[in-house]
Amino acid sequence: METRDMLRMANQIADFFKGYPREEARKEAATHLNNYWDPRMRKHLFEHLAKGGEGLDPLIIEAAAQIRKPKMDAA
Amino acid sequence: MTLITEIDYGTPKSKSTAMVTLEIDGHSITVPEGTSIMRAAMELGTQIPKLCATDNMASFGSCRLCLVEIEGRKGTPASCTTPVAPGIKVHTQTERLGKLRQGVMELYLSDHPIAGDSAMQDMADSVGLSHVRYGFEGENHVSPVRLDGEANPRFKEKDESNPYFTFDPAKCIVCSRCVRACEEVQGTFALTIDGRGFASHVSAGMDENFMESECVSCGACVQACPTGSLLEKSVIALGKPETSVITTCAYCGVGCSFKAEMKGDEVVRMVPWKDGGANEGHSCVKGRFAWGYASHKDRVTKPMVRDRITDPWKEVSWEEAIGFAARRFMEIQKKYGRGSIGGITSSRCTNEEVFAVQKMVRTAFHNNNVDTCARVCHSPTGYGLSKTFGTSAGTQDFKSVDECDVMLVIGANPTDAHPVFASRMKKRLREGAKLIILDPRRIDMVRSPHVVADFHLPLRPGTNVAVVNALSHVILTEGLEAKAYIAERCDPKEFARWTDFIRQPVNSPEAMESITGVSAAEVRAAARLYATGGNGAIYYGLGVTEHSQGSTMVMAMANLAMLTGNVGRNGVGVNPLRGQNNVQGSCDMGSFPHEYSGYRHVGDNSVREMFEQVWQTALDSEPGLRIPNMFDAAVEGTFKGLYVQGEDIAQSDPNTNHVTHALEALECVVVQDLFLNETAAFAHVFFPGTSFLEKDGTFTNAERRINRVRQVKAPMQGKDEWQVVCELSQAMGYDMHYNSASEIMDEIARVTPTFAGVSFEKLDRLGSVQWPCNDKAPEGTPLMHVGGFVRGLGRFMITEFVPTTERTNRFFPLILTTGRILSQYNVGAQTRRTQNVAWHAEDVLEIHPHDAEVRGIRNGQMVSISSRVGATTLRALISERMAQGVVYTTFHHPVSGANVITTENSDWATNCPEYKVTAVQVTLSNQQSDWQKDWEIREDENKRIAVKPLVAAE
Repeated sequence: METRDMLRMANQIADFFKGYPREEARKEAATHLNNYWDPRMRKHLFEHLAKGGEGLDPLIIEAAAQIRKPKMDAA
Repeated sequence: MTLITEIDYGTPKSKSTAMVTLEIDGHSITVPEGTSIMRAAMELGTQIPKLCATDNMASFGSCRLCLVEIEGRKGTPASCTTPVAPGIKVHTQTERLGKLRQGVMELYLSDHPIAGDSAMQDMADSVGLSHVRYGFEGENHVSPVRLDGEANPRFKEKDESNPYFTFDPAKCIVCSRCVRACEEVQGTFALTIDGRGFASHVSAGMDENFMESECVSCGACVQACPTGSLLEKSVIALGKPETSVITTCAYCGVGCSFKAEMKGDEVVRMVPWKDGGANEGHSCVKGRFAWGYASHKDRVTKPMVRDRITDPWKEVSWEEAIGFAARRFMEIQKKYGRGSIGGITSSRCTNEEVFAVQKMVRTAFHNNNVDTCARVCHSPTGYGLSKTFGTSAGTQDFKSVDECDVMLVIGANPTDAHPVFASRMKKRLREGAKLIILDPRRIDMVRSPHVVADFHLPLRPGTNVAVVNALSHVILTEGLEAKAYIAERCDPKEFARWTDFIRQPVNSPEAMESITGVSAAEVRAAARLYATGGNGAIYYGLGVTEHSQGSTMVMAMANLAMLTGNVGRNGVGVNPLRGQNNVQGSCDMGSFPHEYSGYRHVGDNSVREMFEQVWQTALDSEPGLRIPNMFDAAVEGTFKGLYVQGEDIAQSDPNTNHVTHALEALECVVVQDLFLNETAAFAHVFFPGTSFLEKDGTFTNAERRINRVRQVKAPMQGKDEWQVVCELSQAMGYDMHYNSASEIMDEIARVTPTFAGVSFEKLDRLGSVQWPCNDKAPEGTPLMHVGGFVRGLGRFMITEFVPTTERTNRFFPLILTTGRILSQYNVGAQTRRTQNVAWHAEDVLEIHPHDAEVRGIRNGQMVSISSRVGATTLRALISERMAQGVVYTTFHHPVSGANVITTENSDWATNCPEYKVTAVQVTLSNQQSDWQKDWEIREDENKRIAVKPLVAAE
């Protein structure tokens, strides 16, 4: 996946949950990513975060701690 | 097997609860008040002769055959128009009545070329008429030439213009059944009786032929005709059918029941089944007539393989093809990991076939990379309704619309995409229900005969959420909400914070007017109507879901319905109109990468352990790839093998260039289909599939109705599709085996709580059931959320309007939105291979006159449509249906390349593509686009089948 596509998708999720109180929004965004993103997509997200997370919505950066780290053999 | 003949009671059933007792021919009978004497007699088993009466239309009283005598009353009233009354004594057969009927029938036959198999002959026999005293010497409509040798001005040639049926005016008795069917059943009003007296005749449109008139070829008139004047050409060609099988249409999500009427193993005609819960005897041009594709010469019936997609296809045995696919998939997994392959299920396949494919992916592929074509249509429906109501499905049955007072139709074009349900909607609208339409395009329901929308809000594409939020804002700020309903049935905390959100001035119609393009006053008036007009029902289609805020919009509509108390009883609800026949079923069957059947997450340990126990294998707890993610992973290089069941992703999915790059990057693509479709051009294995006439199983329609699909004829390629899936699983090391489709349904029922009470035996006994069907509801659940929401308390969700990033600019100043047309279906693989092309031979670009004029475009000229991802060329159709700044096309023909233009933008929650908003430029063109030239080359090169060398006869 192109990084720009990953960023677009992650930031769209952030846009929706921003309507909720911050803590709840972080939790909901993380739950959404855990429930619907294949491990290699989450891996891509974590790799991008490791490089500083440029272009990622701050809500996703804050939610990262609650996002499940994928087992790397899953793909 | 015999030919199934339904009982015709002559007039519709009365809805009255008051009962009336009368006597007919000495027998006492009690029937609802308002029942006709004809119907009451039929309920006793007495068939009164009739020609103009039939029980799906109001009585008319024109043929005068159904006369009866009533003791104490004068004359011989028509039994179809005379209602029962307490204590009356009716005689249906007396000497006087017999003579009157013979006289009437003789007059009919004096101007009719009696045909041996028509109802006319039956009626002549019924009234005991053996001889007609009058020839055709006098005035008549039968002979082309008069006795004096002059042409007979009353004679009209047969109208053969419709590809599926003939109209022979000579056989017409002007009983008006066809005219009434067109009005009352179909609601098109294409037919009328023109002229007076003996010159009266049935006229299509302005006395045109059927094809030139407004006729939509639904077949209702043909079905209604008692004389054979209107008759299917297939019956004329093949003769009278001898047997019939009840089955389910394979087109849209209405899921109409049909009698497949056969002669041997050849289908003579498809006749809508009166007891079909979804259609109750009505049909459209696709289901009624467009079934010829099943035996089209393009059907591939032999398995085929090839090493490279540029090689010609090689026909092989099933064993070789299945072994080839298994070997390739296993090699790929060994090289790239178990997550490197996956499968796509189809909404054109049965529940049992879909269940088998998703099970194969989870058990034999050992991952959850299974998705379904609902991804690109209604996946936001599942997400949005699940979050707000607690279940991923529509709330009502179709019949519910009969009690609706205000219809809110959003992003749907029912007369084209769900025509049989549209007829039902129009009937209710003619009875006085109000209509609000939210659509950028002026769809037919905005104004059609006897139907005029009270409000048409022609919003800018991409602003659905803004408009629906504004509707809620008005209702709440004007105090029109259903306070008691909300207090009783909805989560108070969620409602309170949603209230804070929706009350904000930014959500008012006035604030949104410049964004949506819809007059604030109109939005306010529409909101008041929906909130106060009685039962309010929302019907919606892909104009809701196929947006970057598709899921948000579904939740916004659910909020609106809860706000007004419009969920949980007849006449209301939030109703998705599903595109394909088994969209609901394919979703129910667990073909999403994160869910097992019944919408239970793969990460739920207790659910997964249950499946592990039943399927006797370890299952992956991580969600798999969704279809767009599969394409991305293929381009990236981590996804290498794909099994595609009955879908044509190369034509139907957005950003065609991206899709084809992804398919080209795959090392093994297996396509299971009827035809070498667009995706097959990129495939290595082709498994020939079965048409709906060859399937045994079930489809689940948009109202959660599980209907039987019965095998009308044996599979042309020798195997059921689920059997092929089982054999592929076995070849990959997982022992999947079933003896029948019924056994698969039994397993679905065992592992899926909402299907726990479903079996083929029950479906055959009851006709159909709507899930949930289990111990709590053994005969199914027509209405959802009665008395409370499935999730407990209804949840208002905050639905902030977030504009799409797809914006117009000076390079791409117009917005393209896509849709469907009545005569064609989805990618057109089926309907293009029928005579439906007579109505739609090519996709065209609809453009507003102003947009055309400033570009120098005239009607019918070829134009180039380009977006930031691609370009194609289509013929322009100048139309005021579109607002200025918006253009529209369909995607039924592959060469059109409509999806070459659409982009990778998708719904935030589900990745459902944003087909409905693409910024484009339109310019005059005199040549095909580069993509179209490439397509033509690929069409020749990638679909070649190697010719087997001839072996000399010994």
